[in-house]
Amino acid sequence: MLTMAEAVREAMTIAMEERPEVFLMGEDVGVYGGAFGVSAGMYEKFGADRVIDTPISELGYIGAAVGAALSGMRPIAEIQFSDFSAQAMDQIANQAAKIHFMLGGALHVPMVIRAPQGSGTGAAAQHSQIVENWFTNVPGLKVVVPSNPADAKGLLLSAIDDPNPVVFLEHKLLYKTPGWEPVPEGNARIPLGVSRVVRTGDDLTIVATGIMVKKSLEVAEKLSAEGIEATVIDPRTISPLDMSTTFESVDLTGRLLVVQEGPSHGGFINEVIAQVAGSHVFGSLKAPIKKLAGLNIPIPYAPQLEKAAVPQVEDIYVAANEIVKTWR
Amino acid sequence: MAPTDLLIGHPLSSKEHAKHALLYMWKIRKFEDAVEDLFGRGMMHGTMHLSVGQEASPTGVCMALKITDQITSTHRGHGHCIAKGADLTRMIAELLGKEIGYCGGRGGSMHIADVETGNLGANGIVAGGIPIATGAALASKLQKKENVVVSFFGDGALNEGAFHEAANMAAIWKLPVIFVCENNKYGMSNSTEKAFALENLADRGLGYGIPGVTVDGNDIVAVYEAAEQAVQTARNSGGPTLIECVTYRWKGHSRSDKNLYRTKEEIDEWKTKEPIAKFMSVIHEKNLLTQEEMDAVQRQATDEIIAAVNESVKAKAADPAGLEAAVFKAVM
Repeated sequence: MLTMAEAVREAMTIAMEERPEVFLMGEDVGVYGGAFGVSAGMYEKFGADRVIDTPISELGYIGAAVGAALSGMRPIAEIQFSDFSAQAMDQIANQAAKIHFMLGGALHVPMVIRAPQGSGTGAAAQHSQIVENWFTNVPGLKVVVPSNPADAKGLLLSAIDDPNPVVFLEHKLLYKTPGWEPVPEGNARIPLGVSRVVRTGDDLTIVATGIMVKKSLEVAEKLSAEGIEATVIDPRTISPLDMSTTFESVDLTGRLLVVQEGPSHGGFINEVIAQVAGSHVFGSLKAPIKKLAGLNIPIPYAPQLEKAAVPQVEDIYVAANEIVKTWR
Repeated sequence: MAPTDLLIGHPLSSKEHAKHALLYMWKIRKFEDAVEDLFGRGMMHGTMHLSVGQEASPTGVCMALKITDQITSTHRGHGHCIAKGADLTRMIAELLGKEIGYCGGRGGSMHIADVETGNLGANGIVAGGIPIATGAALASKLQKKENVVVSFFGDGALNEGAFHEAANMAAIWKLPVIFVCENNKYGMSNSTEKAFALENLADRGLGYGIPGVTVDGNDIVAVYEAAEQAVQTARNSGGPTLIECVTYRWKGHSRSDKNLYRTKEEIDEWKTKEPIAKFMSVIHEKNLLTQEEMDAVQRQATDEIIAAVNESVKAKAADPAGLEAAVFKAVM
């Protein structure tokens, strides 16, 4: 079973073998193999012109990726920690995202920005944030948050094919863990903007992204042993957000729990909740919608503090139990 | 059909070259005058950044470029678009918010791009185009093409991190990019004296191992000669050059500028050094064109602008339908 890091590497390798215009650039992606080892061996395979080590200049090389994308290339730009994307935000939010619209469709920007996000490594506040909502507020960006190696591979291949800028956020705790199913061989794509029902059950709908999908599945198995069956939905791309499976499921279960690692304020979970509340399935709800998110604080350093900052398996279990048992 | 080159070569190398240089400087001047007039009459909205007095640098630089060479431009970008060969009607139409405008009314003055002429777009963010130009040059190198990329920007951009990061990358990778700094003396109201501890802004290149050249940006001959050399260096894999074109902005930064930070005397003094009159006196000295020929060139520019305005005014207004569908390019 491949890990997320291996699956991402496989997708990049396939894309680079398929299309000469695909290349990887970023800090320490070459000989070093990437800070998390995601591109290990790619420099040796593809050479210095296609696996390009950049200076520590996030604004500069993300901008260079935009320019290369405008000129017939398909760059994959890795940002070592997604927190550093703040350095490059002009090129991401004002340039890459807006060029196609603003220039009347004359140009488009086929590029992928890959970056690890999330807490759990003891790296403290500037290396641990969930940054996805920085990007979901920018029209013109697609935002992908893979939850497992198999999805990561298919989604990344689609992201590289996409004619628009895609921000692809990998949870760093998932890099070294295998998923719950084998990664398919070959070059099959998973389309962006299509959610996935990971597990089905009639009592409760859990919508989660990234690492929270795995945690929610763990909770669902535990609940199942206790006679409660949960549906677990992974939107996979949070921009654009596919709500169809959530509507269908909530219509059936009447109970909704939405989980994310980042703080609630401005988070994608609020969009999920607002859309359910404003939809035809509102009347099917038997319980108030429950949301579970990280505390509204920067990620702290000490392990017990860090753990307290984001939802854990136990928290999801308690929340799920509460809405099912309180609202029969 | 592949677009053809505009006239390339030294502005004094033939009558045609002299006419071309004069015509494009006049087109820029007349375009800016027309824009100011349309704003004044309430026919355009938003804001505008005029480049009156700065016509030599876009025209001179672009006379050293092939149509396949690329440029990035700035908020003060009308001149760059025109010098690279953009269609005047589509430009005016864009400023008037028309469907046939370069951006279908979605971009306006600060966002005109023209793929046909290698124009990767004006940019509303100071220094925003510099890393993009550098990336386009990286693409040229990776694709083993021969095109070069020019990034036009103002003096203010030299103090943005984007310039420093891009200049360094261009230098270490020897990319075919030319950084053209149009030093018009003010970043909005902030003078270069206040914003730099440097006499020649081109010296900024030294810190990155890039040759820096300062020229009289109102002298189209000096601009062309510096650009031509930089283009040759870039095309021969010699890497980037930083060219500082010293010039002056006659008009305010934008429509709301009351010119409180400079004197009328200063503006008037720079008007005596203006690029079109300067070039005409050289043409006269060299007996390249007669006064009648120069007058005819000026009339041609005026006529082209008038025709562009007339056609644009009649064009259909941009339609809000389809705005949401225009955010992303459709996935094939």
